[in-house]
Amino acid sequence: MTTLLDVRDVSKRFTMGGLFGRKQVDAVMDASFSLSAEKPEIFTIIGESGSGKTTLARMILGLEDPSRGEILFRGQKVDRHAGRAKRLEFMSNVQPVFQNPFEAFNPLKKIERYLESTARRFLHTSDKAAIDRAMDEALQKVGLSLREVRGRFPHEMSGGQLQRCAIARALIPNPPLLVADEPVSMVDASLRMSIVNLLKSLRDDLGVSVIYITHDLATAYYISNRLIIMQRGRIVEMGDARTVLDNPEHAYSRLLKASVLSTDDAGAGKLGTDPDMLRLANGSVGQAGRLIDRADGRSVRVYESV
Amino acid sequence: MTLENNPEILKVENLKAYYQMNYFGVSREVRAVDDITVTMRKNEVYGIAGESSSGKTSFIKVLAAAIRPPLRVVSGTAKYSFSSGAIDVAHATPDEVEAVRWKHLSYIMQGSMSVLNPVRRIGKTFHDFAARPLGLKGKAFEDRVVAHLDRLKLPPDVLRAYPHELSGGMRQRVTIGLATVCHPEFIIADEPTTALDVVVQKEVLNLIRDIQKEMGASVVFVTHDMSVHANVADRVGIIYAGRLVEEGPTREMFFAPKHPYTAHLVASLPRIGDTQQRPALEGRPPNLADPPQGCRFHPRCPLAIDICRKEVPPLETIGPDHRTACWRWRDVAPLVHATQPAGVMA
Ligand SMILES: Nc1ncnc2c1ncn2[C@@H]1O[C@H](COP(=O)(O)OP(=O)(O)OP(=O)(O)O)[C@@H](O)[C@H]1O
Ligand SMILES: Nc1ncnc2c1ncn2[C@@H]1O[C@H](COP(=O)(O)OP(=O)(O)OP(=O)(O)O)[C@@H](O)[C@H]1O
Ligand code: SF4
Ligand SMILES: [Mg+2]
Ligand SMILES: [Mg+2]
Repeated sequence: MTTLLDVRDVSKRFTMGGLFGRKQVDAVMDASFSLSAEKPEIFTIIGESGSGKTTLARMILGLEDPSRGEILFRGQKVDRHAGRAKRLEFMSNVQPVFQNPFEAFNPLKKIERYLESTARRFLHTSDKAAIDRAMDEALQKVGLSLREVRGRFPHEMSGGQLQRCAIARALIPNPPLLVADEPVSMVDASLRMSIVNLLKSLRDDLGVSVIYITHDLATAYYISNRLIIMQRGRIVEMGDARTVLDNPEHAYSRLLKASVLSTDDAGAGKLGTDPDMLRLANGSVGQAGRLIDRADGRSVRVYESV
Repeated sequence: MTLENNPEILKVENLKAYYQMNYFGVSREVRAVDDITVTMRKNEVYGIAGESSSGKTSFIKVLAAAIRPPLRVVSGTAKYSFSSGAIDVAHATPDEVEAVRWKHLSYIMQGSMSVLNPVRRIGKTFHDFAARPLGLKGKAFEDRVVAHLDRLKLPPDVLRAYPHELSGGMRQRVTIGLATVCHPEFIIADEPTTALDVVVQKEVLNLIRDIQKEMGASVVFVTHDMSVHANVADRVGIIYAGRLVEEGPTREMFFAPKHPYTAHLVASLPRIGDTQQRPALEGRPPNLADPPQGCRFHPRCPLAIDICRKEVPPLETIGPDHRTACWRWRDVAPLVHATQPAGVMA
């Protein structure tokens, strides 16, 4: 089996607060997993807000150096400081879709300029017609068209439209790996399903692997092959998505599933959380524990004291 | 719970707000808010849902007095009755708006980063916005802010951080903190919890509800997450193509919607365990520069008949607190039963 992506014992420590009052934050601690090159999959990362999902994604994209450990893409070390040509080659293979479309686009630049420069860069062409065609094709894949987008600035678009543009941009170089950080959090349910289905067909029809970061357990269940659940920088559970979500084992995973709001009691104002579950989930915070393998293929973090 | 008898705090009448643009002599008009009339009450949580790019943010911008060109109020009013006096934000001067901002009216924007100055520490931003309205200084001010952040499950350290040093969900909570720390009378929030994990989301929603109850404040929030509406809103309003097409008490909206688009929305929510695709809406979203004649939903509506293509259905009161704009609202019920999975009907 050849690996597409290999994340090996990766950790990231930040110093927060600039010059004064420094503080260390362990954003990611000893994360390991790998994606196979032969079997494209949707690999989902869910977990606590601030648990290191975006940081992990940024390291995979080579936008941030790991403090420890290494990440290999097709056997080559992902290196932020590699030469220009190598970086470009890497970037045509691994494309990002970021969390917040309002932050991803410069408000003073027309949307098409992003698409254009991506197309020019990766298609190695400056032929206007070819570039337009590539942009339109990518936009059509996400339910937009060049005609609708042309001439518009980011603030002239709604959140959902912007997010679709961001995905379209990432699709231009036909990358084998897409890293999508909460790509559907700002779109309506219908569009959400169409974007999620788009990711699915990218996998099934074009062999694209997707690292899908989300807070939405329902779409995670619907499209993922495998998933990891993170809490405070650590992977606490990993395995086949349906196996894990049907029956989560780690206390935090269980709390997460139990906290999903339902519409069954619409209007009753039910927002309570079971205090026991909360206590159990927080009980292990700060402890390293270790990941152990279970018979059903999942790995779960366990602690000496429990 | 119905708040039918609570006094009105906001009255929006026939509000139209368009984006009017002129590109090289070609003018373009996007009718993002097209004749919305709605009333919000004291102590009420009003949820707004609708399709992507249907005009929710545009509507809310008018309510928040955050109207910037090319968005213009074309007609109509949006009047608040604050404890400090009345104000029509659709026509207020910047000074008048400044006088109510944060203390009476606060706005949590979609995409939280935009209010946070990237080169200013979070603590400084809090100081800029909240110190004066709160009338607190130094340690007393900091204590108040720290206590407030704690309720949002944020450690005091974030005050020393720059925005880019926080995760997306932490930034979102910071903006919620900014908007609520002064205990305003009216809180407007655009997708306030989309970047949060479900555990923290619940806590943040609880906080918003608590503040709202403690202060008797009113909250209007927009979100695509129907399960948030289900558990937080007293009433829900649905916007389609720049218009309010239905509003009603939360329970009724979920279990007995009276507009085909609402019926679609409440049925489209995927659940854990779903491996089957839910039905998507047919057709393309309407173009707000050239919306369909008659009922704007007609090209995609399973119930459309002749009149729908020609005449705009009025927003009609069909029950206590329940209004809908559909010629065939009486026929929506079977649609609901057909699209909802077994076990969902109460
Ligand atoms: N550039 C940075 N400097 C300092 N600290 C940082 C930086 N980026 C992230 N962090 C910290 O690292 C931790 C993990 O952040 P990250 O953005 O990876 O979380 P996340 O899992 O993506 O959260 P969310 O679900 O809210 O998006 C947080 O505590 C955050 O404050
Ligand atoms: N500054 C602007 N200039 C021109 N058109 C705009 C501007 N801002 C928004 N629009 C357009 O107005 C319409 C309504 O946008 P709005 O942001 O209000 O939608 P929304 O309902 O909030 O969508 P979402 O759920 O995706 O956030 C869209 O067609 C959008 O492209
Ligand atoms: S008025 Fe007609 S087209 Fe519009 S929602 Fe009702 S049935 Fe459908
Ligand atoms: Mg993140
Ligand atoms: Mg919006």
